[in-house]
Amino acid sequence: MISIIIVILITLGTLFILLAAIGMVRMPDTYLRISVTTKAATLGVGLLLISSAIYFNDLSTTSRALVIILFVLLTAPVSAHLVGRASYFMGVKLWDKSVMDDLRGKYQKKTHVLKSKIDNTPGDNVVHDRPDNENEVED
Amino acid sequence: MTLNDYIYYVILPVLAFSILLIFYRFFKGPSIVDKIIALDLLITTGIGIIAVYSIVHGRSTFMDTAMILALIAFLSTVAFSYFIEKRNRKK
Repeated sequence: MISIIIVILITLGTLFILLAAIGMVRMPDTYLRISVTTKAATLGVGLLLISSAIYFNDLSTTSRALVIILFVLLTAPVSAHLVGRASYFMGVKLWDKSVMDDLRGKYQKKTHVLKSKIDNTPGDNVVHDRPDNENEVED
Repeated sequence: MTLNDYIYYVILPVLAFSILLIFYRFFKGPSIVDKIIALDLLITTGIGIIAVYSIVHGRSTFMDTAMILALIAFLSTVAFSYFIEKRNRKK
């Protein structure tokens, strides 16, 4: 009975990790890839850790698995936010079929301050239209 | 088919294949941010593989390594993004 539960959990976790890897290859945009990393992989790793905690049926292993799950759940959104912010300032282009960019004209390039209303002073906005630094050209 | 056989012949190859897919993005990735994300996902998948390996071998001591790996993944991502942002601010 316990092994059936373990098989179900481990299969679901592996499936989610495989989906995250496929999305990592197939997604057309950096920001969509960040979304893949922070959702699907976190769920998959959590399921794998829960299955290992069920298999050992032990206080120390269960506490370790719960601590790792808590840590991953806490740190995945923080790191995704930081990476997304850095890539937005770096001028990584959005997908060309993206519908809207909510931050257009709100982040200031010099001071890195987020304003709540749009001002279109040229030279101070983050530019996403052309490859303006060396990280973009190595395709 | 026992649990160990299932894990050994089905689960671990699928995880290894997903590691290969993430490595493809890690080497190809157009910008440096893609490489950072791929590295983060690589370490996260590594945590999952360590959990599965601890089931296969029946040793729960491997979970300590997984905890340290989770910590290192968070720290490296934060450090990389901080320095990228700082470099672009100076320009």
